[in-house]
Amino acid sequence: MRQTALAMVHELARRDPRVLFIGSDLSPGVLKGMKEEMPERFFMEGVSEAYVIGMAAGMAMDGFIPYINTIATFLTRRCLEQICIDACLENLPLRLIASGGGLVYAPLGPTHLATDDIALLRPLPNMAIVAPSDAEEMRRLMEASLTWDGPLYIRLGKGGDPVVSRADAGFAIGRAILMRPANRVLIVSTGVMTSRALAAADLLDTIGCGVLHMHTIKPLDTEGLLTAAAGAELVVTLEEHTRIGGLGSAVVEALSDAGCLKPVLRLGLPDRFPEGYGSQDHLLELAGLQPPQVADAIHKALNR
Amino acid sequence: MDARSRYLRSLVIDALEGGGRGHVGSTLSLIEIVRVLYDDVLRVRPDDPAWPDRDRFILSKGHGCLALYAVLADKGFFPVEALKEQCRPGAMLGGHPQRGHTPGVEASTGALGHGLALGVGMALAARLQRRPSRTFVVMGDGELDEGSVWEAAMAASKHRLDNLVALVDYNKLQSYGSVAEVLDLEPLADKWRSFGFAVAEVDGHDVNGLRNRLTALPFESGRPSMLICHTVKGKGLDFAEGQALWHHKARIEAPDVARMRQALETAR
Repeated sequence: MRQTALAMVHELARRDPRVLFIGSDLSPGVLKGMKEEMPERFFMEGVSEAYVIGMAAGMAMDGFIPYINTIATFLTRRCLEQICIDACLENLPLRLIASGGGLVYAPLGPTHLATDDIALLRPLPNMAIVAPSDAEEMRRLMEASLTWDGPLYIRLGKGGDPVVSRADAGFAIGRAILMRPANRVLIVSTGVMTSRALAAADLLDTIGCGVLHMHTIKPLDTEGLLTAAAGAELVVTLEEHTRIGGLGSAVVEALSDAGCLKPVLRLGLPDRFPEGYGSQDHLLELAGLQPPQVADAIHKALNR
Repeated sequence: MDARSRYLRSLVIDALEGGGRGHVGSTLSLIEIVRVLYDDVLRVRPDDPAWPDRDRFILSKGHGCLALYAVLADKGFFPVEALKEQCRPGAMLGGHPQRGHTPGVEASTGALGHGLALGVGMALAARLQRRPSRTFVVMGDGELDEGSVWEAAMAASKHRLDNLVALVDYNKLQSYGSVAEVLDLEPLADKWRSFGFAVAEVDGHDVNGLRNRLTALPFESGRPSMLICHTVKGKGLDFAEGQALWHHKARIEAPDVARMRQALETAR
């Protein structure tokens, strides 16, 4: 997914002279082709995220579209004030490509786990937040990013994530994709959890479980949500993020605002720092977010 | 103090009177710096604030905004009368500068440590777009406590931005007390030199000295410039000069205003 995103930055830069790439201190050779082809629009600025956001904002004020890439935790926690004041207050087209959303960097421990990135950014006015399900959807998102008006946070998965998105479903920032219509249950998921939502829905075939892929968490597609959830007796949210302030919160807020008071089961990470290293899949299992566990949780909720 | 410096300070007092509040000391140390920049240095067009080739001015110590507002109003970016409305409901002028809200304001500042990074971005943008624009960033001394300033300083040097001019309003006082006591910056000039800047120092109230320095830019080809301006916090109001308590005042009433106007008449 990251390779696709970065390759797309190069492609977009070829098409549009306003596109820049800014990294902090990424791996050797990253976007080598772009650096050789257009060195003046390739920046590697050092381990200095607060500065990077400000510098990118300064360039955006003069018409550039900076695509910034570093690790998700550092791109959110470290420079939150710069994102808020320099990018969001000015409504500038910064694109924050966040490597390792959620539990991707499991072996590296809590300093590298972006389990609160969505919650940190969601209250910031003008900010859009997108978590694609796979590399194919990432390509479509990057196409759409060029013309998006305002700051945009792009949450990356691990890479090699199973492709569940479909080209014929189209893609627009802020428009959810109904992957499977709901009967009794609708799972609303984002990012790579959509593949797990679909697997859970397979296990729940007898009760009719729909899946709404909410790749854009903000602005939330409230209309799409209400339509998809209309017939369901239970709405389930599934995210690789703390249960506080992420997709589940956004969905509950939207349903509440619309006066749609139906039971919502919010599945996400507990309110504690993840422990135990291992792998993304391992930590997801500890949190009860793998497909069989999701299916069990839904069964229990239906039988309550 | 000459008539123009006195007049600009009188506009600041108008704003303090109108809003009943403001960063008094932090504004008054800045007046000559902003005055010389707009009178003698910056290529800007008050009737066309978005002119692409303009020089950019960022008041990174946004709490000194009344100095900027006074000069912008005097230059015709907006009517002088607007000063009297500062901080009132619906006003054009707030307690910190806001881009897009006030003509002539290039960046929304007030959260410290942002301006130099923005300035690096603007200077890089000018280079890429082959514009003659220069970028000027005024920081406070207390602001230099922020690590992000030094991140940006390293980058300005790396990119050899000689179209970037940073200035420090070195009034030696921050909110709590003396800079030396809260977090000493010395040796300040050496710090900036070691970060790759060409450094000069000046009396920040000496209009001719500022003019001489700021009309011979860059200080050195291939390097960003740093002008350390030695100033007096609260300059022009004898009772406020060098007093940390005058950093900001929230309830400025008629007797305070009268006292300020009287002090300004005899200021030297």
